[in-house]
Amino acid sequence: MRLINLRPSRGAALIVAALPFAALIVVYLVFSDLRIEANPNDKLLPSMESFAEAIRRMAFEPSVRTGEILLWADTAASLQRLFIGIGVSALAGFTFGILNGLIPWFSATWSPLVRVVSMIPPMAVLPILFITFGLGELAKVVLIVFGTAPFIMRDLEQRVRELPREQIVKAQTLDANTWQIVVRVVAPQVLPRLMDAVRLSLGAAWLFLIAAEAIASTEGLGYRIFLVRRYLAMDVILPYVAWITLLAFLLDVGFRRFNAFFFPWYGTSR
Amino acid sequence: MMGDHPGALIRVSQLWKSYPDTAVLERINLEVERNEFVTVVGASGCGKTTFFKLLLGEEQPTRGTIFVGGKPLSPEPGKDRGVVFQRYSVFPHLTVLENVLLGLELRRSKFLCRSFGRRRREELEQCEEMLDRVGLLPSANAYPDALSGGMQQRLALSQTLITGPEILLLDEPFGALDPGIRSDMHELVRELYRELKLTVLMITHDLSEGFRLGTRLLVFDKVRVDPQAPEAYGATITYDVPVTRNRNNGNGLADVSQARVQGTGAGNA
Ligand SMILES: Nc1ncnc2c1ncn2[C@@H]1O[C@H](COP(=O)(O)OP(=O)(O)OP(=O)(O)O)[C@@H](O)[C@H]1O
Ligand SMILES: [Mg+2]
Repeated sequence: MRLINLRPSRGAALIVAALPFAALIVVYLVFSDLRIEANPNDKLLPSMESFAEAIRRMAFEPSVRTGEILLWADTAASLQRLFIGIGVSALAGFTFGILNGLIPWFSATWSPLVRVVSMIPPMAVLPILFITFGLGELAKVVLIVFGTAPFIMRDLEQRVRELPREQIVKAQTLDANTWQIVVRVVAPQVLPRLMDAVRLSLGAAWLFLIAAEAIASTEGLGYRIFLVRRYLAMDVILPYVAWITLLAFLLDVGFRRFNAFFFPWYGTSR
Repeated sequence: MMGDHPGALIRVSQLWKSYPDTAVLERINLEVERNEFVTVVGASGCGKTTFFKLLLGEEQPTRGTIFVGGKPLSPEPGKDRGVVFQRYSVFPHLTVLENVLLGLELRRSKFLCRSFGRRRREELEQCEEMLDRVGLLPSANAYPDALSGGMQQRLALSQTLITGPEILLLDEPFGALDPGIRSDMHELVRELYRELKLTVLMITHDLSEGFRLGTRLLVFDKVRVDPQAPEAYGATITYDVPVTRNRNNGNGLADVSQARVQGTGAGNA
């Protein structure tokens, strides 16, 4: 049989999917052991014991300095920024996307601006944001919005344009006015597509969040990683990275589930 | 000119349509009376769909006029002209019942776009009656994707007809269906046409379908052809044939003796 026609069963797929992860862990353990054997104070590849100790310190014990449990405080601060930023982007993207995609005069006015703004590298305007909005929460949220909203707007505009023209004509023959077309035909159909666009921008949102936190912050996951970097605290950094990855993964799964649950017609219709 | 046929529901005169580098239609003159069933045939790409887009108001004529019910056509689609396309006629995010209900809700509720309470119950009843009429009641809560092609077109028909349009435009509505299902659909369309006293215009690729269903057959074709530049001239109505129906077997016969070439005659308008 040809290689392209050989498919793993469910169980086999699970096993082969686990193999690379297991291999990574084994390689890590071997090299970590080798280095620690050579130098017990080595910080680059901490042992499992130092991870457990660091996790206990960060995730289960209040900090001596602030009295807060650091991991939870950092997570709450970061997620709040992320959700506000991505929420504002989603709202802007939904509104602009529908108006730009459906109303010629609106898109003639705003589409060129959105296109130009989407070309500006967001990190390049970060200094401007810090100067304008100060070092507080606002600048970080604005960076996330700046980095994700133009993409979502343009994506949604495209999705609205992709709706078959026949549907829009049909709605008009049912005597729908523009508002009714938005409410009953366009908005409900692009809502799951908005969720997809938001899901795909989460990666960028995390990037901008961590960058902003690294530069100016007093708490947050990105802030913590860059803070302990000074002490080469790999035992804290690696669990934090794993935790951020887990959060990103759960958000991705959450968005997919949300779509599947609330929009049962979506996905089958394409 | 208007005085010639005061009763004509659709009156098209000297209609031309060209796109920047393609002439699609030229010198179209047509009058359709109430309760006619006009079928339209013609080579692929000759401009039948374009003609429907003009009738719908989705596209504007380059030259010429269209009157519907004695009034110039408003330049956008409206509720007096219902339409069923070959595909994409129904809304994938609404169930069968919601698809049919939509037209009633849009008519009554301009801001919330939904109806409630007793009015909703009445409307639902009306929709269920319609779905029963076209045989879709058992699938009322399914999404269109779960329906077969024939069922989707039944749905599209009921969705359009629930709001009571005077004119029904069908653009190859059965083009994608199997022959057996197609003849069921023919029956349904014939019955709805009679019951609801509709005026129907239907594009088809199938000449026998045209003869079997309609009361009148139009043929679109190019009368002028430049072999070097096929897009230089548009198509027009070359045959306009009444179809007399043989009641016994339901097969229509073209009364070819009455066929007349209309293409060059501006006087018909
Ligand atoms: N927006 C447009 N811009 C330029 N040319 C167009 C446009 N729309 C249609 N045409 C051209 O007009 C011609 C007629 O198209 P139309 O879709 O009306 O044909 P049709 O008779 O419906 O064909 P078919 O039987 O295949 O459906 C085609 O040659 C097409 O390329
Ligand atoms: Mg066509």
